[in-house]
Amino acid sequence: MDYGTLQGIITVVVMVTFVGIFAWAYSGRRKAQFDEAANLVFSDDEKNKDSGEHK
Amino acid sequence: MMNHSQPQGADYNYTVVRQFALTTVLWGIIGMTVGVLIAAQLIWPQLNFETPWLTYSRLRPLHTNAVIFAFGTSALFATSYYIVQRTCQTRLFAPKLAAFTFWGWQAIILSAVITLPLGLTSSKEYAELEWPIDIAITIVWVAYAVVFFGTIVKRTTSHIYVANWFFGAFIITVAVLHIVNSMAVPVSLFKSYSLYSGAVDAMVQWWYGHNAVGFLLTAGFLGMMYYFVPKQAGRPVYSYRLSIVHFWALIALYIWAGPHHLHYTALPDWTQSLGMVMSLILFAPSWGGMINGIMTLSGAWHKLRTDPVLRFLIVSLSFYGMSTFEGPMMAIKTVNALSHYTDWTVGHVHSGALGWVAMVSIGSLYHLIPAIYGHGRMYSTQLINVHFWLATIGTVLYIVSMWISGVMQGLMWRAVNSDGTLTYSFVEGLEASYPFYFVRFLGGLFFVTGMLLMAYNVVKTVKAPKESLPALAEA
Repeated sequence: MDYGTLQGIITVVVMVTFVGIFAWAYSGRRKAQFDEAANLVFSDDEKNKDSGEHK
Repeated sequence: MMNHSQPQGADYNYTVVRQFALTTVLWGIIGMTVGVLIAAQLIWPQLNFETPWLTYSRLRPLHTNAVIFAFGTSALFATSYYIVQRTCQTRLFAPKLAAFTFWGWQAIILSAVITLPLGLTSSKEYAELEWPIDIAITIVWVAYAVVFFGTIVKRTTSHIYVANWFFGAFIITVAVLHIVNSMAVPVSLFKSYSLYSGAVDAMVQWWYGHNAVGFLLTAGFLGMMYYFVPKQAGRPVYSYRLSIVHFWALIALYIWAGPHHLHYTALPDWTQSLGMVMSLILFAPSWGGMINGIMTLSGAWHKLRTDPVLRFLIVSLSFYGMSTFEGPMMAIKTVNALSHYTDWTVGHVHSGALGWVAMVSIGSLYHLIPAIYGHGRMYSTQLINVHFWLATIGTVLYIVSMWISGVMQGLMWRAVNSDGTLTYSFVEGLEASYPFYFVRFLGGLFFVTGMLLMAYNVVKTVKAPKESLPALAEA
């Protein structure tokens, strides 16, 4: 395989990977899971509620 | 998930977080003060007092090492240890190893403070420290990785929050960069020669150098951003999906951008062009991340009026957006032909270093320090506000003066007479820069003054009796 073909294949693989990540991240099925993940930042507040550490 | 309440401090290891948080402020003041001193030396050269270890050439690497590896990296240690525990809802893995990373890192910083003014240097930019210190850095860094990833492994949450992905990428990549770039043949205890030579050495150096920017000064601080911006704004990040695409696109692209530091050098032309194109594409994920951070405030913009901590965080993102627009532009070869080796580069770096890295760290610390000392807020919110304006004005003075000086230098250096001789000598260009060097010095002075106010505010907060500083009611 010559160098040009290899470069072409790598370009396609990288592109497909990117589109794949994009599609995975934006698929409707993951929405609920990601909403939960985004709220991880706040779930630690409940844990320390009585400590006077948080508002 | 555990919802039962426990006494404060029982859940998380805050000792190491506190240590790193406080040293961040200390090293910030020291590193930035050295910066102001060398800025003054460029105006008043006699400020080196004819002492070898006070000369610009030795203090400049001390400044860069102190602000990047002492101030910036301590901030990363503090925030990553804090965030990984809280978002994984578990205590830090291997607490003794975590303590070792603190003392080990401080020892490395002290050895830099001693060896750099002595003139002991490998002369690689941002990697000046000699080989024994390089080995020590590797050991501490591996310990850091064990503590961080060990904590992720023992998490009680199912998901790994996005901030941890950025911290993880930063830790792994910095290890790889440091080991590859520091490969050297020691000839004595304090002298070594790089394993690489010529154009390969230059390329390895800037592959390291630009990814130190990309992973230490960007990915790590984006991890900070993804936790503290939502937390301080009181709402989840604008788009969690965008944060995932942002992460993968950013880490996949940054690694290729190094060659833009070597335009019009002995580096093969195709490598330069590749570096330029990759730098241009890098604009997209950079702005994706910035928009994701700023838009987190959508619907809560009014909080910016009353909360100076949030203002620090959001303005840092604006500076991040500015520098990540400027960077790709400067990576274009024709623009680089004007900007390279001028003060424009220095201005660009500080737009990122002061505007983004320092301000996002400061904002994060103002959130973190009360939290780890059992308070609802810092001792004085008014002082945070004053600090915010000092930092903003200081940064603007710095970057605007360097833009003007840099473009002027570029134009003067390339000006030729009709007979082909240079219109200006180098010294004429230097003389024209003096007024701007003074403005830059002033900007630095503003910034350091803000840091001193921060130190006072931090000391008062730490010393305040427990729970004497309740959070302010929402305005």
